[in-house]
Amino acid sequence: MKAFTTHEGIVAPLDMANVDTDMIIPKQFLKSIKRTGFGPYLFDELRYLDKGEPDMDCSNRPLNKDFVLNQPEYRDASILIARQNFGCGSSREHAPWALEDFGMRVMIAPSFADIFFNNCFKNGLLPIELSEETVDRLFTAVRSNSGYQLKVDLDAQTITTPEGETISFEVDAFRKHCLLNGLDDIALTLEDADAIRAFEAEHRQRAPWLFAG
Amino acid sequence: MAGKTLYDKLWEQHLVKQRPDGTALIYIDRQLIHEVTSPQAFEGLRLAGRKPWRVEANIATPDHNVPTTTAERSAGLAGIADNVSRIQIQTLDDNCDELGITEFKIDDRRQGIVHVVGPEQGATLPGQTIVCGDSHTSTHGALGALAHGIGTSEVEHVMATQCLLAKKMKNMLVRVDGQLRRGVTAKDMILAIIGKIGTAGGTGYAIEFGGEAVRALSMEGRMTVCNMAIEAGARAGMIAVDEKTIEYCKGRPMAPKGELWEQAATAWRDLVSDDDAVFDKTVVLDAADIAPQVTWGSSPELVGAITDRIPEPAEEKDPTRRKSLERALEYMGLEGGQPIKNIPVEKVFIGSCTNSRIEDLRAAADVVKGHKVSDKIKLAMVVPGSGLVQEQAEAEGLHEVFTEAGFEWREPGCSMCLAMNADKLEPGEHCASTSNRNFEGRQGFGGRSHLVSPAMAAAAAIAGRFIDIREMGES
Ligand code: SF4
Repeated sequence: MKAFTTHEGIVAPLDMANVDTDMIIPKQFLKSIKRTGFGPYLFDELRYLDKGEPDMDCSNRPLNKDFVLNQPEYRDASILIARQNFGCGSSREHAPWALEDFGMRVMIAPSFADIFFNNCFKNGLLPIELSEETVDRLFTAVRSNSGYQLKVDLDAQTITTPEGETISFEVDAFRKHCLLNGLDDIALTLEDADAIRAFEAEHRQRAPWLFAG
Repeated sequence: MAGKTLYDKLWEQHLVKQRPDGTALIYIDRQLIHEVTSPQAFEGLRLAGRKPWRVEANIATPDHNVPTTTAERSAGLAGIADNVSRIQIQTLDDNCDELGITEFKIDDRRQGIVHVVGPEQGATLPGQTIVCGDSHTSTHGALGALAHGIGTSEVEHVMATQCLLAKKMKNMLVRVDGQLRRGVTAKDMILAIIGKIGTAGGTGYAIEFGGEAVRALSMEGRMTVCNMAIEAGARAGMIAVDEKTIEYCKGRPMAPKGELWEQAATAWRDLVSDDDAVFDKTVVLDAADIAPQVTWGSSPELVGAITDRIPEPAEEKDPTRRKSLERALEYMGLEGGQPIKNIPVEKVFIGSCTNSRIEDLRAAADVVKGHKVSDKIKLAMVVPGSGLVQEQAEAEGLHEVFTEAGFEWREPGCSMCLAMNADKLEPGEHCASTSNRNFEGRQGFGGRSHLVSPAMAAAAAIAGRFIDIREMGES
């Protein structure tokens, strides 16, 4: 997994609540058996005026000019701010894959759906929860300053605004550790293989029917 | 010391290791696998040179992409017209064959929607921890299990380690007191709950559904309720074990037999929250207040009783919510103040892991019997949840009730629930759907989904618009 230490980038404002994973990456793209190449189809139904199909060449598709990521100042955005309950709905990890493939590294919202939140960390993306009020302030700042950038420091758990303000954020210690070091969860868990085996033996005694089939 | 909730018990029984920072390793008893969220996990396993920790804990079936017309299905895998879908299903077959994972393949009559197949086969049982790369895994919590959806990286993690890295969730009790009125079903109950707590109301919680009305539900009804826990924001929904649960599991192909059965059943009877258990949050509804529900927006929380009008966005004070309402109504082609009963319907879909079990099909057939699908309806379809549900329904003659009325009777799969195969809505079409998500484009680009119970969907097919099922019986 890609490590995440610090990141500085352009912020795109997606002023919507309850952005669901169907919206982030529509189902027709879930037919792929790979985990890369989803970037061009990120937010497909909002981004393009025609209907997207897997493997389609997106360079000539008609764009929805009103959609934030199509506006010239946000095309290279790598930080996305949105409203509450971002990433709700389907568990598809294709959603963080698409965000990552597009070039996003940080998502900021007042709240995230659980599964999506979790999936982000497995893919080098950092979801940050800030208060509704702070998110609101960021929306205003982004809209009134073209090319607005934020600097995110995961180790220090801070976001620095161009005005020099520092906003701190919470992150779970274990997830932070994995993200900072780009650690593979599976390798980490397998360090506990003995504990798993011991548990399994006990579990088998307690509930033998679970091991009968 | 306060007693334990059902969730506390299930968590403790599977806790391998607690880390000081709050994350834990949880042992997983059962992993369900389907074709869409697994290929990248299998590939990851292979690339790292890893093997599954316990092959027998996994069970697979293709469901999301399978065609549902009999013509296309009769030629099995080779008959799938869509190349990309065929490759994905082929990939699942190859992966399962290579690793020795039990799979109910496309031409096996036990194939079906993974959340219908699990309980039906006794592959998912009370007291288990169950995961699947699919958010509706919460369904299996109806058996008194800890079941939740995970992402593809986690699918790979569980395959490789038989464990999941998790943090304990908080406990929420949703209690539905009293009795449901006639014509009101489990689906209406869960839609009303979501309407009350919102799509993020359960975020960070494991929800236990309890109360007299929940206890009175059949196992199928309980599965419908737990299925949509995720639509209330909760990864896991669950219902305490009782004699109904045990009776349901008895004799299923993969359920324990003989002495093991007795031992299991005894252990399962303890899978209830203690009387003095403390929940972090409790929500109470009165079953008698619940009317048949219809969603009118593009989120499951935008729901009302069939007798309601669509709310006026202008009356909403919160600006973010007002904007969402406006956007939802624009997408749905509806207006604030409009009676829900006047919403036109062009397509009807009875199916999905929420409502495609035998009881759902019986409820719909009951309404349809002796009627014809309205000529305003372009397509009305019934898609059984599994090959075995289909077989049972056909044995009861339900397929004839549907086809005589003008419904299409299809082969099992996810079908129009997410429209990954050929079954989908056209832009602008309104659909009465028994599925669980009405997000923009969910059932087809530009499609407009209204979530309802099987009986309400059947009634809409006959009337050509939404009607109150409670009035239908009286006319
Ligand atoms: S029926 Fe629908 S919700 Fe259920 S597993 Fe299939 S696609 Fe998902």
